[in-house]
Amino acid sequence: MKKTVNLHKPVLAVGPFHPLQEEMEYFKLTVDGEIVTDIDVRISYNHRGMEGISETLQFDQVPYLVSRICGICSASHPLAYVQAVEEICGIKPPERALYVRTIINEMERLHSHILWAGLAGHFIGYDTVFMWAWKYREPILDLLEEITGNRNNYGNVRVGGCREDIQEELKPKILDEMDKLEKKIEMLTKAVLDDPILHMRLKGVGILSKEDGIRYAITGPTARGSGIDIDVRRDDPYAAYGELDWKVITAPEGDVFAKVVVRLLEVLESIKMIRQAVKKLPKGPITTEVKEIPPGEGCGRAEAPRGETFHYIRSDGGNRPVRHKMRAPSYVNVPSFKASCIGQHIADVTITLAAVDPCYSCTERLAVVDGHHNIVHDYDALLKMSRDKTARLKKELGLRELKMKDFEIE
Amino acid sequence: MKKEVRFEKMNEKELKNKLEKIKDKLTKIEQTSEKRIFLYCESENSHSVNKYLFEEVPLRFVIETGIDSVDYFEILYHYACDDTGWVVTLKTFIRDHEKPSIESIAPFLPGAEWTEREIHDELGIEFKGHPNMRRLILSDDWPEGVYPLRKEVPK
Repeated sequence: MKKTVNLHKPVLAVGPFHPLQEEMEYFKLTVDGEIVTDIDVRISYNHRGMEGISETLQFDQVPYLVSRICGICSASHPLAYVQAVEEICGIKPPERALYVRTIINEMERLHSHILWAGLAGHFIGYDTVFMWAWKYREPILDLLEEITGNRNNYGNVRVGGCREDIQEELKPKILDEMDKLEKKIEMLTKAVLDDPILHMRLKGVGILSKEDGIRYAITGPTARGSGIDIDVRRDDPYAAYGELDWKVITAPEGDVFAKVVVRLLEVLESIKMIRQAVKKLPKGPITTEVKEIPPGEGCGRAEAPRGETFHYIRSDGGNRPVRHKMRAPSYVNVPSFKASCIGQHIADVTITLAAVDPCYSCTERLAVVDGHHNIVHDYDALLKMSRDKTARLKKELGLRELKMKDFEIE
Repeated sequence: MKKEVRFEKMNEKELKNKLEKIKDKLTKIEQTSEKRIFLYCESENSHSVNKYLFEEVPLRFVIETGIDSVDYFEILYHYACDDTGWVVTLKTFIRDHEKPSIESIAPFLPGAEWTEREIHDELGIEFKGHPNMRRLILSDDWPEGVYPLRKEVPK
């Protein structure tokens, strides 16, 4: 698809929106030939006014609202919220509830990171990775459905505990699935870390320095891939994280490759955590009775797959919050594109944007305007540019493109 | 990985000592629970206190919350201290409810650019010195002067 337009400035438009994922964004990139020289972001095409809605709901209704902020982070938002309310009340949920919360949240991280790995592969033309990763993700969603009744939007936390318990007979199945998943992810991780094409394609691309990261207040794997050693699970332990043996993964490089490595290794850590939590799961009730919420204010936070989720609650002693502030991790991670995209090639923009794990679907409406020739490229053309670059690198390395006939058995 | 000066481990006592140093600019220091501390100050001191918290202590910026308290506005600057797991919240009061304004912290903290634009949309608070005070969350056809999170707006 090619058409001619008249523009004074060469502009690359990413967006505006595609209402499939949690965020819609419009990126206006100013380009000089192949190089991005400036970036402007517009968000809120699908603003739902949740902070306002929350003030009209009762405290026990809010978890179901905030789990709908994001389909993928639908465990960490309610968890951050209930922790803020529990802080106001000064109550501690039963031990078993803390372990159930940990297991659900780590399963959420597993399926989110694996989903990301698949999409990242898709963007640079590794569709096998895409199909494998999404296949590996499926059993985790099935487990979540067996525990909570839903594949997403689990609605499993409430102020003072959990709604659904992990049944004893499900424990062997969870452990079994974790063993299976670990082997697959180890294989995937080795394949990625050994692949010379991926090294050439992702190393040194979209670098976000540690200093820029701190100034933009980024969190999560985006921060840890830039050498910022933070993780709420370790720094301010909530649920049962303080009682498990695991480590925070960081990589100092700050490029896309570092973020891939951090996420893949985090998947292995999450598997370790789930295994320990299932084995240590204490006996007892999963909820305590909460009569009323006293006046006061509380801050709850949880490490979502994309970074720190922060909820601030103010109560005046009534049955509704008077102010509820929610901050999702992408809200601070997305503006860091201003530091990572400038100076990049257009062919690297898709994967640089994807490395932060924001809304992918935006890129489906990607269009490029080349100032010198006034040609508009659509999404398919950009995707082709990204894939062609991978193919070119393969050729330079002397690797042969596989054909279907290679697989034919004589 | 080599630790840089910026993330040198700080313990709770050191953090409290550092917060004590700006006591004369604050009106109150309140610890609400084990790991949560609230600092109170008036809007004219907010810029210098924020600069101190972010650059000198140093703390990690999390988010700003704007609240309409009918007679006055509150802006809450939430910071995280990752060494100790504390959340430090600076609570700033804007007494002028008619024409609320406060100095922006975005010039030295670009991570606060979006949240200040959002508060401007929701509550109509002017951030002086903000590099890019366009609308962030309200649509282009939203009427001027209607601020959805103000208490006078019916829910």
